Amino acid sequence: MKKRKVKVQACTAQNGNGRRKFLRMSGLAIAGSGLLIGCSDDDDFIAPPDPDPDPDPDPVFDLGSGNLGILNYAYALEQLEAAFYQKVLDGSYWMGLDNGEEKQILEDVRNHEVIHREFFKTAINAAVPAEQVLPDLEFDFSSVDFTNRSSVLNTAKMLEDTGVQAYNGAGKLIDTSQTNGAVYLLTAGKIVSVEARHASAIRDLLNPGSSDFAGDDVLTDLGGSGVAYDKATPPAYILAAVGNLNFITTEFTANNLPS
Amino acid sequence: MNFIKLLEELSNKEVLSKKGSRREVFNQMKSFGKNAALASIPFGLAATSKNAKAATSSMAAAAFQADSTDVLNFALTLEYLEREFYQMGIDSGVIDASDQNVFTTISDHENAHVTFLLGALGDNAIDMPTFDFSGAPGGLDLDPFNDYPTFMALAQGFEDTGVRAYKGQAGALANDPTLLEYALQIHSVEARHAAQVRRMRGEKGWITQSENTLPSSFQAIYEGSTPESNTTQGGVDLAGNFPDLGGNDALTEAFDEPLTMDEVNAIASIFIVS
Repeated sequence: MKKRKVKVQACTAQNGNGRRKFLRMSGLAIAGSGLLIGCSDDDDFIAPPDPDPDPDPDPVFDLGSGNLGILNYAYALEQLEAAFYQKVLDGSYWMGLDNGEEKQILEDVRNHEVIHREFFKTAINAAVPAEQVLPDLEFDFSSVDFTNRSSVLNTAKMLEDTGVQAYNGAGKLIDTSQTNGAVYLLTAGKIVSVEARHASAIRDLLNPGSSDFAGDDVLTDLGGSGVAYDKATPPAYILAAVGNLNFITTEFTANNLPS
Repeated sequence: MNFIKLLEELSNKEVLSKKGSRREVFNQMKSFGKNAALASIPFGLAATSKNAKAATSSMAAAAFQADSTDVLNFALTLEYLEREFYQMGIDSGVIDASDQNVFTTISDHENAHVTFLLGALGDNAIDMPTFDFSGAPGGLDLDPFNDYPTFMALAQGFEDTGVRAYKGQAGALANDPTLLEYALQIHSVEARHAAQVRRMRGEKGWITQSENTLPSSFQAIYEGSTPESNTTQGGVDLAGNFPDLGGNDALTEAFDEPLTMDEVNAIASIFIVS
């Protein structure tokens, strides 16, 4: 793909945690980053005319709006996790492990994440025409050393914690008054606790017997009661964080997600 | 209000209220606009907003609030139970030295959850039930504070039940986005606890089929109207689809399942005197 200009504009969004600022990027081909993050409530944002319009832009998939957007968002995260663990199981670190809990955990998690991915593929295809289903994404995990325990497990920890926060933040964005909306919410609940179980196990592999399985480093406080809650993070922040990892090389946009 | 009274009230409500009446209420509220719907948050902190004021002026909203209060008191009962159990475990000295970190962490979290729910419910909070962790109210004779394997088994049972209990209320909280999000934030922490305790007992951190490695009287923790062995997700039976990915065992591990309020209360009642 040829390189294009990237325009970056700031916009703000309201959410439960207050007013925050994030970047809106328009244009394509941010080197090394597959994700374009946008605000959906951008009435006050008027894009300037493109000084170098591309006569034949490659179509970039947008996750869509409403429940479809949330499903495609979850599907993207599950594609990422599934692809990562497949690489883990193809890598020399995992292959060299003696049979035991650590080897089993990573294989189980691979199985679960691929099953989640396939579930979303099935569910979204059942709900909308194929062109509205997020395509198969491509990944670049060259920054992970699949021969190295620390690299593998710390990446896994980060992805699982991200998954938990993402599902927790997406729950209230699911419109249960729409067709199958209640099913989608319940299913998200069925998956998020499994992601949390994964996060717990992988964190404990890294620091056995410690408090890290539900550590203060990943939890938050509610109402001054104590640091005892997983975070709930809106899609825009999750996508920005995931984008910064540079694992996803297929570009897509998230300009219409509910917020 | 005590726990037994709460149970009675809930069952009366089920008899008295037509199925679907909540949906009607919500549809009515929707006609007031989005702000009214958001205002059903029963939290003290929300009560000062002008939206909440608008909502409380409507009987429909008041009925809706009562339902959220029931859900919160249901959660509070479980959190009371967990908090008391871990505090008594720590005080008893039954916990192995190498596991102190883990159980102190879990205990701190359950304590925070109780504090949070009490703050959220204010005057509507139920009193703490009287617990008996021997399980005598359910006809059992356990000794968790002298026998560490029993303590660990109950801890796993309470955590796995907690995960399924919160999950089962997601739908009931769907029209209350703030409350739904708080509940989800607790729900996944309970799942972190559950996985840790399961692994300390030599189990997988996730639930395979409806396998129960606790005393047989606790099989209900893994069963229910949607058992953990369920393979149908989103209306599609996925059984048999993943032969190279751990098969149906992995499929059932990949999705945790909900318990209804009644199913959870039946489990909790084993440890509740009054």
